[in-house]
Amino acid sequence: MPERTATIASRSGLHARPAAIFADAAGDAPVDVTIAMEGMPAEDALDAGSILSLMTLGAAKGDVVLLRAEGDGAEVALDALVTLLETDLDAV
Amino acid sequence: MQNFTGVGVSPGRVIGTIRQMPKPVAEPPSGERLASGTAPEDAARDLKAAAQAVHDELKSRADTASGDGKAVLEATALMARDTMLLKSAVKLINAGSSAERAIWDAGASVSEMLHNLGGYMAERATDVLDVRARIVAALRGVPAPGIPASETPFILVAEDLAPADTATLDPDKVLALVTSGGGPQSHTAIIARSLGLPAVVAAHGVDELPESIEAYVDGAAGTIAIEPSEEQRAAASAWADNAATLAVFDGNGTTADGHPVPLLANVGGAKDAAAAAALGAQGVGLFRTEFCFLERDTEPTVEEQAAAYKGVFDAFPGKKVVLRTLDAGADKPLPFLTDATESNPALGVRGYRTDFTTPGVLERQLEAIAQAASESEADVWVMAPMISTPAEAAHFATLCAAKGIKTPGVMVEVPSAALTAAAVLRHVGFASLGTNDLTQYAMAADRQLGPLAALNSPWQPAVLRLVQLTVAGSAEEGNNKPVGVCGEAAADPALAVVLVGLGVSTLSMTARSLAAVGAVLRTVALEQARELAQLALSAPDAVDARAWVRAKLPVLEELGL
Repeated sequence: MPERTATIASRSGLHARPAAIFADAAGDAPVDVTIAMEGMPAEDALDAGSILSLMTLGAAKGDVVLLRAEGDGAEVALDALVTLLETDLDAV
Repeated sequence: MQNFTGVGVSPGRVIGTIRQMPKPVAEPPSGERLASGTAPEDAARDLKAAAQAVHDELKSRADTASGDGKAVLEATALMARDTMLLKSAVKLINAGSSAERAIWDAGASVSEMLHNLGGYMAERATDVLDVRARIVAALRGVPAPGIPASETPFILVAEDLAPADTATLDPDKVLALVTSGGGPQSHTAIIARSLGLPAVVAAHGVDELPESIEAYVDGAAGTIAIEPSEEQRAAASAWADNAATLAVFDGNGTTADGHPVPLLANVGGAKDAAAAAALGAQGVGLFRTEFCFLERDTEPTVEEQAAAYKGVFDAFPGKKVVLRTLDAGADKPLPFLTDATESNPALGVRGYRTDFTTPGVLERQLEAIAQAASESEADVWVMAPMISTPAEAAHFATLCAAKGIKTPGVMVEVPSAALTAAAVLRHVGFASLGTNDLTQYAMAADRQLGPLAALNSPWQPAVLRLVQLTVAGSAEEGNNKPVGVCGEAAADPALAVVLVGLGVSTLSMTARSLAAVGAVLRTVALEQARELAQLALSAPDAVDARAWVRAKLPVLEELGL
C-alpha cells in the first residue's frame, strides 16, 4: 500500500485551522486516506478526512505522521497531502 | 399595545421587526428507538442528508464571514459531515436507535473525548455539541439554533447570548438586542456596547413574543413597545439624526467649567486600538492582554507578546496606554494557567493570583511589555488585575521595577483593595477601578445571572461608596496618585458624571461610548458633578440613584441617552 511520512510544520500542530484545511483536502481526495502517528499499529490509523479524528490524534509541530492510501490516484493524492502537512498552515 | 421593561444597557431608539433566537434543541428521549417500519438504512440516509445540509449551511456562512468567525465556521462545517461522528451514529442506528438519538449519543462521546484531551481540544468540545444540535434540528425540520439568518435588519430577541453567538452576530443585520435573561454586565451587554447597538436585558417575557412583529426599543430607558406609537416613531427618527453627532468625539474630555477628564478607550488588540484612536480616544485606559493568550494551549513567547503589545502602543504615540497584565480564570480559563475544576472560579485563582500557582508567566509578560515599551513612543503604564492586599501591590511593583517598568499600578476590583486603598497606593503609582468585578464582589452577585441584574448594577450606592473610598485613599496617601475607572460604568454618561463628581481622574470605556460621555460631561460643571455624586450616594438603592441623577440631567433625554 502506498504510504508517506510527513513532519508537521504548523506552529499550533494539527489542530484548529491547519486541521480544517488538511481534513478538507483529504476528504476531497479520490481515495480513502488514513493517518497515524509514526510507529502506531496500522489498524489504529484514523480517517485523514475526519477533523475530529485529526484532533484526537493530537499531532504537534515536529511530530512525524504516516499517511496511507490505496487505489487510483493514491500516489498523487499522498504527495499533495504531505506538502500540505509540511507547510506552516498557521501562516497562510 | 404591549410593553416590556428590562434594564437598558446600551442607548439607542429603533423600530424594527422582531426575530426570535430559536430555543435550544431539546434532547431526544434517552433510549429512543427507530420508529417501527423505518429501516436502519433509511434512517442512516436521512441522517447523512441532514448532516450534509448542516455542513452546506455552515460552509456558505463561512464563505461570507471573515477573520476568526470564518475559521470557526469552517471547522464547524467540517465537523457536521465528519466520518468519525457519522460512522459511530450509523452504528447506533443499526443497533436500533433513532437517528436523532444516535447523533446525540455519538456527539456526546466525541465531545467527551475532546474534553478529556484538555487544552484547545477541550474548547472544541462545545462545537461538536453545537453541530449535534444543528443536525437534530435539521432531522426534525425545525430552525437551527443560533442567530437567525436574514436578508433584512431585525431586532434580535433571545433568552441570552453566549460568546459563541456573538462571534456570528452581523452588526449590519441587527438593529438592537433584547434578552429576557442576562444582566447589565452580561456578554450581551458588553457586545452591544462595543458594537454600538441599542440593547435591553432582563426584559422578562420578551422571548414569548411572536416572530416578525414590529417593535420599538429604547436602549437607554430599557423599554420595548409592541405596535409603536407615532411619538415613538418620531423618537426613533430623532435618534437616527442624533446618532451622527453622537458618533464624533473631539478628543478633549472636560467638564463645562474646564476641569479636564481624559476619556480613554478599552481595547483588546492593535485593531481595536487603531479604531479607538480614530474615534478620538485620548489614550488607552485598559489594554486587555488576554487576546494574545486565548485560544492557546501553551504560553506565547516573549517575542510574540512584545510584537502584539507594540501594535497597540504604536496606535498612541506620546499618549498614555494602561496595560492590564494577564487576567485569566473565572470566565476566561486558560489551560496552562487556570484550574477548570475549581468549584467557585470567580473567587478562585484568577487575575494576579495565577502568579501564586504558576510563577514565571507574569514576569515573562512584564519582560515583553518592557521590551515593547522601549521600542515605542507610548507612555506605558502597567497594572495587575485582582489585587487584594497592600503586600500583593508591593510584590507586583517589585516585579515591574525588576523589568524596568516605571509606572506600576493596580486594578481595584476586590472590595478589600478599595477599603485599604491608601496602603495599596503607597506601593504603586496609580489605581484603576474595574467596576464590573467590583460590583459583582461588593454585591455578591454573579455578573451573568439575570435574576440578580438589579443587584448587579454599578449604580448601587455601596459600589459608589467603594469608589469614593478609593479616591479618599489616594488623598490620604498624599502624592496625588491618579484613580481612574475602566469598567463598563464609565460608558454610561450619567454614571460617568457621578464618577467625576466622586473624584475619579480618568474614564476609560468602549470607544463607541466616548462621544456620548464627552457630550454629556461637557454640560456639567465640576461642582454640579460633586452634588450629583452626593445625591447618588444618599439613594437607598441603585434604581433610585440612577433615577435621581438622571432627573437632574435633562440633556440625557434630549440626546436619547
